[in-house]
Formats: sequence, C-alpha cells, structure tokens
Amino acid sequence: MADITEARKAIVARILEGEGKASREQRKAAFDNAGLSEPLRTLIEKVAKSARTVTDQDVAAVRAAGLSEDQIFEIVVCGAVGQATRQNERGLAALAAAAERV
Amino acid sequence: MRLAVLDKGHSVGAKLMFGMIRVFSGQRVVDAVKLVMYRPEFYGNPMKRITHEAMRGPSSWSVGDRELMAAYVSKVNGTEFCIKAHSAVAGRAYRDDARVTATLADLDTAPISEPLRATLRMLGKLAREFTVDAGDMRAVLAAGASRAQIEDALAVALAFNVTDRLADAFNFAVPGPKAFAAGAKFLLARGYR
Repeated sequence: MADITEARKAIVARILEGEGKASREQRKAAFDNAGLSEPLRTLIEKVAKSARTVTDQDVAAVRAAGLSEDQIFEIVVCGAVGQATRQNERGLAALAAAAERV
Repeated sequence: MRLAVLDKGHSVGAKLMFGMIRVFSGQRVVDAVKLVMYRPEFYGNPMKRITHEAMRGPSSWSVGDRELMAAYVSKVNGTEFCIKAHSAVAGRAYRDDARVTATLADLDTAPISEPLRATLRMLGKLAREFTVDAGDMRAVLAAGASRAQIEDALAVALAFNVTDRLADAFNFAVPGPKAFAAGAKFLLARGYR
C-alpha cells in the first residue's frame, strides 16, 4: 500500500510552521479557511470550494490590499492543502467507520 | 499564470533546467513544473513526496488506474490542465486512450472493473461535496475494492485536490496535445520526484 501519512504531516508542518513571507497566523487561517478578513476571505473561500471561479480581480484585490506575490503564493497553497487535507481526513474516517461494521 | 513570480521568479538553476527541458522535449515548460520549481522548499518538494508515493508507490492499483483517478478527480473539480495532463498519462499507461475517454464521458458505462468504477464514483462525490460517509465506503468495499485500495485512492485524491486547486487559482495555461504527450512520456518514465 502507498503510505503518505508522514509526507502529509510533513507538508502541513512545512507550510504552517516553517519559514515564510506570510505570517503563521495568516497561513493557518487560510489552511482552516476561517477567520480571514476581506479580500483574502473571498479568495481563499474560492480556492477551497470552487477554485475554477478564481478571477484575476480576486488576486488583484489581495495585491491591492498590500500582500506581495510571495505572500499570496504561500496563502493560496495553504488554502488548497488545508481543504484537500480535510477531504482526505473525512474519507479516511468514513472508511474506518465502514470497515468496523463489515 | 496569475502570479508573475511563478512564471519568471525562479532560481538560476531552475531556469537552466527549464532551458534543458525545452531543448530535450521540444516543448516549453508547463505551468505545473513552474509551480513545483518555485521556492521548492516551501511547496514543491514536500508536495512531490506525496504525489510520487500516491501515483508510483506500492499499490494494487496499476499506474494507469491511478492516473485515471487523477484525471477523473480533475474532471469533477473542473480543472482543464490536469484533466488533459492525466488523461494523456493514463491513456499511455493503459495503451488505451478510448478507455480513458469513455470513463470521463460516462462512468456508469465505461469499460473498467467494478472496484475501479465504485472507487471513482466515491472520489467524485468527495471532490464534489467535500465529504463522503460510511455508506459510500461500504458501497466501494461491496464492489470488491479492498480497504488498502481505497486508502491508496484517497491518497491520489489528496494529491489532485491540492494540485487542481492551485492550477485553477494560479490559472495554468493549457498547452496543445503535443505538450501533454511529451509530459505523459516523462511522467511515466520518471514519476513525480
């Protein structure tokens, strides 16, 4: 079986706790898609729930609010990894629940 | 690419590598490569560990099956770059493009095994609704997929639920079929490391 457990922990630790240009608070809020203020809130909500609807304007608004491209890069990565990680955890939990009753 | 740093902000070493890729493949470097090569210690390197293990690590799913899962999850997410990239790899791995096309067109009638069909259905729901329940998993187990196979499939979905989001958020350019054919050849030979 493929085993990504350690690799998954490693990327989450790296993007949330390692060195970055965005603050750790901002990276964590993007990962959780919770507690962000506009215009980041809109951008990260889209990254998490409907990334194909992200527009140039969404990114321009975040830039206009004073974030650098490196900060936007990090925060968007955190938003994407956070949502995908939650989905992975929900899948694994559903599988564990199903396997118990088989 | 929506961020200029992801397009042009790479290290000298990365830019040299892009030049080599252009020379050897005859293709411009695709945005997926530019993303993982930008500040790789932040995202690209730790992400490649996940993607390579999920796509090429030990599994009773074939490489073609896992590439088909990547294409299918990307289809549900609506990410054109990744649909085309991983359809090309799956078709090449299977030596059967028609199976890939049929699966993306209509999962219910596609010429694939029942465990794979049920697994793709579950991955589709997870991508679409962001969650699945024990009943969904019991259906996949009942179709004949093992618990280990479902865990492997969830690992593929993790990789592509990240990658699809970034491809769309950063607006990856979608090149022509020749670029995807060259990419598929490379990814089958070398994997995602």
